[in-house]
Amino acid sequence: MTTTTQQPKAPSNGTPSRAARVLADRRLPVLVTAGLFLVMYAIGLSRYQNYGFAETQVFLNLFIDNSYLLVAAVGATFVILSGGIDLSVGSVIGFTTMLTAWLVEKQGLPLVIVIPIALGVGAFGGYLMGYVIQNFEIQPFIVTLAGLFLFRGLCLVISKESISITDSSVSSMAQAQVSVGGGFLSIGAIVSLVVLAAAFYVLHYTRFGRRVYAIGGNEQSALLMGLPQGGTKIAVYTMSGFCSALAGLLFTLYIQSGDPLHATGLELDAIAAVVIGGTLLTGGSGYVVGTLFGVLVLGLIKSLIQFEGTLSSWWTKIATGVLLCAFILIQRTMTARRKT
Amino acid sequence: MAEPLPVLEMTGIVKEFPGVRALSGVDFRLFPGEIHALLGENGAGKSTLIKVLTGVYSLDGGTVTLNGTSVRFHSPSQAQQAGISTVYQEVNLCPNLSVAENIFIGREPTRFGRIQWKRLRREAAELVDRLGLDIDVEAPLSSYPLAVQQLVAIVRSVGTGDADGQGAGTKVLILDEPTSSLDRDEVLELFALMRRLKGEGVAILFVSHFLDQIYEVCDRMTVLRNGTLVGEHMVRDLDQVGLVQLMIGKALDQLEELHDHQLHADVGESLLKADGVGRTGGIAPFDLEIKKGEVIGLAGLLGSGRTELARLLFGADQPDTGKVTIGGKQVSMSAPNDAIAAGVAFCSENRKTEGLVPDLTVRENIILALQATRGWTRPIPVAQRDELVAKYIKALDIRPANPEARVGQLSGGNQQKVLLARWLITRPKLLILDEPTRGIDIGAKAEIQKLVVSLSEEGMAVLYIAAELEEVLRLSHTIGVLRDRKLVAQLANGPEITPTRILETIASGEHQ
Ligand SMILES: Nc1ncnc2c1ncn2[C@@H]1O[C@H](COP(=O)(O)OP(=O)(O)OP(=O)(O)O)[C@@H](O)[C@H]1O
Ligand SMILES: [Mg+2]
Repeated sequence: MTTTTQQPKAPSNGTPSRAARVLADRRLPVLVTAGLFLVMYAIGLSRYQNYGFAETQVFLNLFIDNSYLLVAAVGATFVILSGGIDLSVGSVIGFTTMLTAWLVEKQGLPLVIVIPIALGVGAFGGYLMGYVIQNFEIQPFIVTLAGLFLFRGLCLVISKESISITDSSVSSMAQAQVSVGGGFLSIGAIVSLVVLAAAFYVLHYTRFGRRVYAIGGNEQSALLMGLPQGGTKIAVYTMSGFCSALAGLLFTLYIQSGDPLHATGLELDAIAAVVIGGTLLTGGSGYVVGTLFGVLVLGLIKSLIQFEGTLSSWWTKIATGVLLCAFILIQRTMTARRKT
Repeated sequence: MAEPLPVLEMTGIVKEFPGVRALSGVDFRLFPGEIHALLGENGAGKSTLIKVLTGVYSLDGGTVTLNGTSVRFHSPSQAQQAGISTVYQEVNLCPNLSVAENIFIGREPTRFGRIQWKRLRREAAELVDRLGLDIDVEAPLSSYPLAVQQLVAIVRSVGTGDADGQGAGTKVLILDEPTSSLDRDEVLELFALMRRLKGEGVAILFVSHFLDQIYEVCDRMTVLRNGTLVGEHMVRDLDQVGLVQLMIGKALDQLEELHDHQLHADVGESLLKADGVGRTGGIAPFDLEIKKGEVIGLAGLLGSGRTELARLLFGADQPDTGKVTIGGKQVSMSAPNDAIAAGVAFCSENRKTEGLVPDLTVRENIILALQATRGWTRPIPVAQRDELVAKYIKALDIRPANPEARVGQLSGGNQQKVLLARWLITRPKLLILDEPTRGIDIGAKAEIQKLVVSLSEEGMAVLYIAAELEEVLRLSHTIGVLRDRKLVAQLANGPEITPTRILETIASGEHQ
C-alpha cells in the first residue's frame, strides 16, 4: 500500500477520530436538550403568536413557575452524578411546606428563624440518609425510599389538615418582583438561578465536585485512587436534602400554604428533568446546565398545553413520558458508541 | 558492606480471606533507590501483599514500618498521603473523566479552592509527554485502549505529590503488573522512568510475569509461593532457571518443549473471509482469509488496530464497509450474536469491564457463553456441566480449583484463565484471543500456548493477538502486520520470519 509509506510518523497511540470524538462528547446530550427546547419554543411562537406567547413574561414565567422544581432537580443532579438516587425529594418538600406553615402560622415565628430551621432539618435528613448509605452499604434506593415514607408521615404528625399562610411577610415576599428585560422574575426564580450557578461552580471548579463525578464513574476505582469518598457520598445526600428543603420553601412561597400532600411524586419530576437534561442515570456523566434545560422543557410542555386550551393536563404526563423514553434511548445509543 | 536502612519493612504479614490464607507470615523489605521485584505464580499473594500494605485490605497479623516508624493504613488515601503511590493490578481509573483529570484528581492545582483547569491540563500534558506518550489529555479516558489507560495510571502515580507542594511526595512506588498490556517501546519508556526515579532515591516495587523484564531492570527480588515467603535475593545472584524453580517449587522443562515445536501443516479449507471490511475511526478496510486449523497472529504496535480488527470480526463493533463470509455464508455482523451463531468466539483483552462477572462463581462464569449459545430454555445437564468445568479448571490450572469460588476473589491471572475457559468450552470454529496470556505466570502461559496448538491441530481456527512478538511467532501460521490502523502485510511464517523482520515491516509499513 502506497499510502502508508507516505506517513512515516509514529502511530498516534489510537487517538480517536474526530467524528468519533463528536459523538462521544459528553456535552452532546445537553445540546440536544437545548435544541429541543428551542424547537418547542419556536413551535409555540408560530402556533400561539396571536395569544401572547411571544411576550417576554411568558418565557420568564417558565422560571417562576418551575423555580422549586429547578432547585430540587439541581440536588438530584448531584446525587445522580454520584451514581445514586434520592427518592425522598418530594416528601422533604411536602414536609418543609408543613413545617414552615406550622411554624409561621401556629407558632408565630418570624421567617428569619423559620428559614434556617427548615433548611437545617432538610439537610440533616439528607445527612442521615447519606450516613446510612455510606456506612451500612445499603442501596440508596432503599434508604431514600424509607426517607420518602418517613417525611410524608412526619407531615401528618404536624397536622392532618392543610395550613394556609396569611402572614404578611410571606405574602409580600411571594409577590416581590424583580424586573428583568421586558418582564419580571419572582424571588423564588432568582434563588433557583443562584443555586444553579453555585452548583455549576461546585461541580466544575472544586475538588469536591470532581470527586462526585469520579465516584459516579467508578466507585471502586475512586477508592483505589485514594479519593476520600465516604465524606463525598454523605455530602451529596446532605446537599440533596438541603436543596429539597430549599425547594420546599420556594414551593411554600409559590402556593402560600402547607399541606401534607404537597409535592407528592415530585422526586420523579426532578429525576425526569435530570435525565432529559442529559445526565446518565448510571452516574458520572452529565451537566447541571442540562438539568436547567430539562426543567425548562418540562415547564414548556405544561405551558404549551395550557395555550392549546383544549387538551387536558394529563397530556403533560404523556409528553413527559414520551420524552423521557426518547432521551434514555438517545443516551443508550451514545454510550454504546462511546465504549468502542 | 553495611546495608542502608529499609524505607519500608513488613514482617510476619498474615492475611486471611474466608477459606483462604492468602499470606502467612510474609516478610518483605524495600530499600530506597532500588527496584525490587515481587515474584510468584498466579495466586501466590503478590497483589494481596500490596493491598494489605496500602490499606485496601485490613491486616490480620504482622507489622509494617515506614521510615522506622510503625504504621497501619486504613485506606489507600492514607497510604498515598504517607508517600506510597500505587498502581494496582487492574487499571483503576475513572473512565468518564478526561485523561488530565485522571492524572490529577484528588490533588488538582487550586487557587482559593478553585481548580485551575488550564494549569492542570498543561501539567498533565507535560507529564504525559515525558513518558513519550502522544495523546490528547482532554479526551475521556474511555476513548483510549487498555494499554494507554495503563500508562495514564502510571503517570498518575509518579506525578509526585500535590501540585501545590503539599503531601509527602512519592517515596515508595508500587507497580503491580504495569507492563502486562504494554508493547516493547512503552516498556522501555517505563523502565527509563523507573531508573530515573530510582536515581532520585525512590524505592520501587515491581510485579511482572515477564522474567526478562525482571533481569533487565530490577536489583533485588522477593519470591512468594502459596502465600509464604520463599526467599529474598539480589537479582545478580540468581539465574532464571533458579528463579523459576523457586517460584513453582520444581524444575520446569515444559517451557523448552514448546520452543522447538513444529507448526502443524494441515491447514484446511477456508473458514472466514473478510472483503474490504473496515470502520471509520477504527481500522481501514482490509481483506483477510482464515482457514480451518490455521493460527493467524496479529503483530503491530500499541494502537495499531489489532483489537479493532478483532472486534469487527466478532461484530462487537459494526463494520461500515465490506462483508464477512463464514463457511461460505455472508454474516451481517450487526451484533456479536451473529458472530457467535456462526461459530466465532472472542476472548476480550479487557477482562474487567467486558468479560467476567465478578459476583458469579467460577463455574457460572465458565458456563456463561456455552449456555448462551444453547439458549436459556435448554440448560446444560448438571453432570455434563460439572464435568466440563472440572476439566477446564484442571487443564488451565485455575486456583483455587473450586468451581464455587467467586471470580472477583481470584487473583488476576486466575481470572484471565477463567475467561479463557469460558470461550474454549464453546468449541468455536474461530477463536479470537486478544492478549490471552496477559498477567499469566510463566508455567500457565506455556500450558495455554500448548492448548492453542492442540486446538488448532483439531481444526479450530485461531486469531491470536499478543504484545510479545515471540509469542505470536511461535504459534502462528500467518502473521498479519498492522500499522496506523491498517493491515499492511500478511506474512507466511517460516524460518526467515524473525521478530526483527516483523519490526522492520511495521516500521516501513510495506505491503508484501
Ligand atoms: N477479596 C478476596 N477474597 C477472597 N480471596 C481472595 C481475595 N483476593 C485474593 N484472594 C485470594 O488470595 C490469593 C492470592 O491472590 P493475589 O491476588 O494476591 O495473587 P497474585 O500473586 O497477585 O496473582 P496474579 O499473578 O494472578 O495477579 C488467591 O488464592 C486469591 O484467590
Ligand atoms: Mg496480582
